[in-house]
Amino acid sequence: MSVKKERRSYLIGYVLALILTLPVLGLTASGALPRGTLLWVAGVAAVVQIAVHFRFFLHIRLKGQTREDLHLILFTTLILALMGGGTIWIMADLAARM
Amino acid sequence: MNTRHPGLNLGAHHGAADDAAEVEIFGFWVFMMSDAVLFGLLMATYVSFLGATHGGPGPQTLFDLRSITVQTVLLLTSSLTMGLAQLAMKHEEGTRRIVVWLLVSLGLGGAFLALEMHDFLSMIDKGGVPQASGFLSAYWALVPLHGLHVASAGLWMLAILGQMAWYGVDDGVKTGLLRLGVLWHFLDVVWIGIFTIVFVGGLA
Repeated sequence: MSVKKERRSYLIGYVLALILTLPVLGLTASGALPRGTLLWVAGVAAVVQIAVHFRFFLHIRLKGQTREDLHLILFTTLILALMGGGTIWIMADLAARM
Repeated sequence: MNTRHPGLNLGAHHGAADDAAEVEIFGFWVFMMSDAVLFGLLMATYVSFLGATHGGPGPQTLFDLRSITVQTVLLLTSSLTMGLAQLAMKHEEGTRRIVVWLLVSLGLGGAFLALEMHDFLSMIDKGGVPQASGFLSAYWALVPLHGLHVASAGLWMLAILGQMAWYGVDDGVKTGLLRLGVLWHFLDVVWIGIFTIVFVGGLA
């Protein structure tokens, strides 16, 4: 891939990152959305932005690289979902029962 | 496009450095992913303690969203300039260009840390110390840990700049800079989690 193309890929990633970040912070500051909606918007924007960073800055793709790398990342995501999600679930459940 | 290891690949014309990178970058990714689990669990802890302010100051009193916005832009921009430094190295555009982009990244990272430190001090002024509540303990375990990572990455960059001055852009510098790039971009990903969960989640 040419330098120009690669440089453009970083710039696209950067612009997308700003687009996914600044409106969320603006919405939080303005208080225009109800809490539940804002959290959903922020959560979806964050997941998309993480995907953008992996794609444009860290060059992780679903195809074209050795399989171990993708396994490593997907396994970490699974562990995080189990342990992080489990922690939040159990602690919220305990708090609700107290 | 086929790549040999996750992240930016130098390409075959870099010879031995490209071969060495395959094992070294993958190993660094394993370490990075273990770090991701650590950060993820601290975020889960923070979510569990959100609201557990125990009569102490809460997010509305302590967080400065404007400062967080500036910090976010600084960190995102430093990720771009870090990428440009790596591209300059990959395409052999000259040592000067690599050094300039690295110094810009370092400056942006330093500005981020200065703002963050300012926020920490103003939080302490308002009584937002770690021992004040479960919420604040969780906050201080998570956010300064990210700052510590950014500071360490800055020190690492200084070391690489020193190596470049001493040895030139040799194989060790190349693979080192590739690993630093992975860390730098990874810290950006962690920051996305932090500003979404800690700051937006806390203030929403």
